[in-house]
Amino acid sequence: MYPSRFRYEAPRSLDEALDFLRVYGDEAKVLAGGQSLIPLIKLRFASIELVVDINNIPGLDYHRQESDGSLSFGALCRHVDLEHSELLRRSQPTMAAAAPLIADPIVRNRGTLVGSLCHADPQGDWASVMMALGGEIIAAGPGGRRTIPVSDFIMGPFQNALRPGEIAVEARVPAPKGAVSGNYLKLERRVGDFATVGVAVALETSGSTVSRAGIALTGVGPSNIQATAAEQALVGSALNANSIQQAGRLAAEAAQPKTDHRGSAEYKRHVVETFVTRALGSRGAVAA
Amino acid sequence: MAQALDEIKIGGLGSSRKRVEDDRFLRGVGNYTDDFKLTGMLHMEILRSPVAHARIKSINTAKAWQIPGVHLVLTGEMAAQHNLAWMPTLSYDTQPVLATDKVRYQGQEIACVVADDPYIAKDGCEAIEVEYEPLPAIVSPQQAVAADAPLIRDDKEGQNDNICYRWEVGDREGTERAFAQADMVSSLSLHYPRSHPSPIECCGSIADYNPATTKLTVYMTTQAPHIIRTAVALVAELPEHMIRIISPDIGGGFGNKVPVYPGYVASILCSILLARPVKWIEDKSGNLISTHYARDMYIRGELALRKDGKILATRIHADTDNGSSFSDAQPSKFKIGLFHSAFGCYDIPYGYQTAQGHYTNKAPGGVAYRCSFRITEAMFFQERMIHAAADDLGMDQAQFRRVNLVKDDQFPYRTPFGFLLDSGQYEKCLDVGLDAIGYDEFLREKEQARSRGRRLGIGISTMSEPLGAGNSREYDILGIKMFDAAELRVHPSGKAILKIGAKTQGQGHETTFAQIVTHELGIPAADILVEHGDTDHTPFGMGTYASRSTPVAGAATAMVSRKIRAKARKLAAHLLEVSEEDVEWELGRFYVRGAHDRGVTIQDCSMAAYTNMPDGLEPGLENNAYYDPPNLTWPFAAYIVTVEVDPETGVWDVLRMVAVDDCGVRINPMIVEGQIMGGMTEAYAMANMQFMTYDAEGNCVGSNYMDYLLPTAWETPGFELHEVVTASPHHPIGAKGVGECACVGGPAAFVNAVLNAIDDTGVRNIDMPLLPDRVWEAIQYKHDISGAPPVKTG
Ligand SMILES: Cc1cc2nc3c(=O)[nH]c(=O)nc-3n(C[C@H](O)[C@H](O)[C@H](O)COP(=O)(O)OP(=O)(O)OC[C@H]3O[C@@H](n4cnc5c(N)ncnc54)[C@H](O)[C@@H]3O)c2cc1C
Repeated sequence: MYPSRFRYEAPRSLDEALDFLRVYGDEAKVLAGGQSLIPLIKLRFASIELVVDINNIPGLDYHRQESDGSLSFGALCRHVDLEHSELLRRSQPTMAAAAPLIADPIVRNRGTLVGSLCHADPQGDWASVMMALGGEIIAAGPGGRRTIPVSDFIMGPFQNALRPGEIAVEARVPAPKGAVSGNYLKLERRVGDFATVGVAVALETSGSTVSRAGIALTGVGPSNIQATAAEQALVGSALNANSIQQAGRLAAEAAQPKTDHRGSAEYKRHVVETFVTRALGSRGAVAA
Repeated sequence: MAQALDEIKIGGLGSSRKRVEDDRFLRGVGNYTDDFKLTGMLHMEILRSPVAHARIKSINTAKAWQIPGVHLVLTGEMAAQHNLAWMPTLSYDTQPVLATDKVRYQGQEIACVVADDPYIAKDGCEAIEVEYEPLPAIVSPQQAVAADAPLIRDDKEGQNDNICYRWEVGDREGTERAFAQADMVSSLSLHYPRSHPSPIECCGSIADYNPATTKLTVYMTTQAPHIIRTAVALVAELPEHMIRIISPDIGGGFGNKVPVYPGYVASILCSILLARPVKWIEDKSGNLISTHYARDMYIRGELALRKDGKILATRIHADTDNGSSFSDAQPSKFKIGLFHSAFGCYDIPYGYQTAQGHYTNKAPGGVAYRCSFRITEAMFFQERMIHAAADDLGMDQAQFRRVNLVKDDQFPYRTPFGFLLDSGQYEKCLDVGLDAIGYDEFLREKEQARSRGRRLGIGISTMSEPLGAGNSREYDILGIKMFDAAELRVHPSGKAILKIGAKTQGQGHETTFAQIVTHELGIPAADILVEHGDTDHTPFGMGTYASRSTPVAGAATAMVSRKIRAKARKLAAHLLEVSEEDVEWELGRFYVRGAHDRGVTIQDCSMAAYTNMPDGLEPGLENNAYYDPPNLTWPFAAYIVTVEVDPETGVWDVLRMVAVDDCGVRINPMIVEGQIMGGMTEAYAMANMQFMTYDAEGNCVGSNYMDYLLPTAWETPGFELHEVVTASPHHPIGAKGVGECACVGGPAAFVNAVLNAIDDTGVRNIDMPLLPDRVWEAIQYKHDISGAPPVKTG
């Protein structure tokens, strides 16, 4: 596979990178892990004037807990860092469950969380996880920095809310107010396959009452889907067989699956229900 | 006392010596076709059709010619001027090199661009403008025979329909009589989906035509270099001694690298036209979408049964989807390979088979993907049918097989289709397997689990596979008889070089073939270099596929070693100053009968062959042997799989997988086990995920590794291997083929296990692949799932 000709720059600072984007506008693409961008270029699906490789910019590979308890993830934080993260294992079970289910080990070595959100593949797993967690993107651009909720950031299949000249520099998960539990369940035909169905569940509880619920779905719509009705059915009361069942049903209703070679619409809807029920059940939700 | 050589220590028969190939592969210093860089070499890329069926209205190459760095834009029209727009297939049909009239499948070759580098060549391909007039696409045999189906092969005179062959074999009347006498008839229809061998290294070639010497050298990814040489000589009308095919290291073949592909031919033509070396390296999608596929067969059949479980007769019909050309790589006498080997391991007096082939708008093929000519489909149907019939009879799966398996004292056993099974201990293999899996205990466990809502299942597959074609009376490819050859040179110091006509693609020939020489001559395996793959420097051979290398080229190696030993005996007699009759042999050494201490080693003899030969004896110690096997070899296998099915998602997990293989004498047990594990992995893949399908427009679903699923180490289950050894009575060292057994016999064991786990649903069949959604649908609706997964959207 041989791409057509393009210019390649690997700036050493964010300012320099932003300069390139300002000059080239739409004709430029940021390269993070390259796991989605490079195949597109090689298949000649995308013809690009300039590739701005951000891998040489120092200080973007972090993920950490901020003093306010929120979690932040730099633009070069890779899937593999999250897979092995002690911090996530301790404090963020939904993310800890999702990380090892992204792609395969080779892709995880390079691909990034922020890049995945920017790519906005409807079958991307991280967008569901971030929607369930109420995550945000920090974008830097000619007009300075701004914060965009992930649910607004993902605008459609392969469409994000970045303006020309902007780079996503960080993803954030707000500090929880209650006890955290959650899970990510994914049905894939094989390791490295995109999700036939993925379900992200993130709960916060005070005492036995659910104070916040996040449920988002992968692979069953034109974009990742936030199952708001299902979330609402859980908030304000304790988890019980009834509310779990209801959430499962409502999530299945929120899904907009299509029949394709990964399965029928009916099947995918059924798996959404099964997974939401399982993720909320006693053995499903992993406590932080 | 002279110390006897330890055969295992010197790497002889039965030694699990490490593969000598691995050192260079693991260090990344192998030499694959793409690694060769010749002076002045240009690069060729292929423009492929985006549509499945269309008339070509025009091809405009003007813009491509204008790109700096482009040397040649080759179209079908230009190839036709050299009589090379079409080429023959391995089944006496034709296949286009570059399309002239129509395109007949997505991915078909339209034009080639040769340029300074592959990037420019690809730019050139993009600049070619092709106007297509779309035609309806045919994507199944059922559509191919519909009344209003468009004629796909309108290029062929006298071809008025989309049928490419009809075939019939067996005793029709005897079979009908047996069916009339049956207590019951059990039947089954299924589809073995299309798959692609998908070697990791794609196909490629570097054609180097030297106008000064008029010699054509082609480096290429072929499993059968000698046949290619002869084919190029005949097709391109070049003198055969001026053609040299070099098949360097190959990154997997699995049958995919047996045929001649348009890219090879085009690179040769381009090199001749440009008088420069031209390299063509296919990309992954090009390989998946255009090179030869396997399977894609619809099979229905029935068994005539007696109440006590005895099978009286088999009757089978197969419809093959052959794609746009009839190009099965198979012995020319047979139209559907050795499909009539189905049910061979069972003692069934009558059988009758029919088959019909169909042109469709899909890539051509029918290669024997890790299989000896359509045997995979045969054995899969056999074991699925056996499973269904046992259920119909209400009989235990193991017991039903036991009743019908050929018994030890029946060998050699003649099947109703004329095959002669050479040897085996079939029941013993089954018993070893049942014992290993804990059969009775598992059946109890299954019942208990069922009462707690869990679904466990067990599947058995037993089969004997005919491997190692020829003999030459019955087996030929395009008229060339299926024998094989070996040439052995022992140097003065006792080191040796063995040259064979077979060609490894990862099977480890350089390791095992040396071991055969070691076994015959006592020369340590480390002292023997095995050469292959260069037609100027190795003897003729039919190549490596259909598990034929050990049965045929391996036998030739043993035979040439014996010729060397016979000459060495003369030299030994001379050195020992006794008559030849008084010389005895033990591994690596001749000695005087009755005086064991008075001896000379094989190395002493080789030195004498060049320094001290007796009067009248020709100097040197080298020879060759051509081996025409008297029969096929018949390995046997029993594969047993246990699974658990999650009824809520249809996901199934393999609990255990037991393989019992009897492949005769094992030359290198480690390599044999590697072959079985590799085959098992592919069997699991077939059952679970690995398939290729087409949508209604003829778009190939499976033209990249996101859609064409190969299992990774993560999901591939562990395998428990066991062995039984029944030597082949006709092979010089008792070996049988083994490379393909697990891939051939394995899939049915997985499918049978899943069906066994849902045996209360009344579901009789789920066609492969058993993807979770298909298993769930079968359980949910209690109905069979048939055919390739439909590709619809909405
Ligand atoms: C074989 C394979 C299997 C995969 N399986 C899965 C899977 O199961 N689940 C899953 O979720 N993903 C999967 N992926 C995708 C993978 O996770 C990618 O890594 C991810 O989608 C993109 O991240 P990246 O860092 O590689 O981005 P890149 O490929 O570098 O970029 C992707 C896009 O985002 C833009 N971009 C990237 N970073 C920024 C930034 N900081 N600011 C602005 N724009 C940016 C790029 O310009 C480009 O348009 C798979 C990929 C492959 C190759």
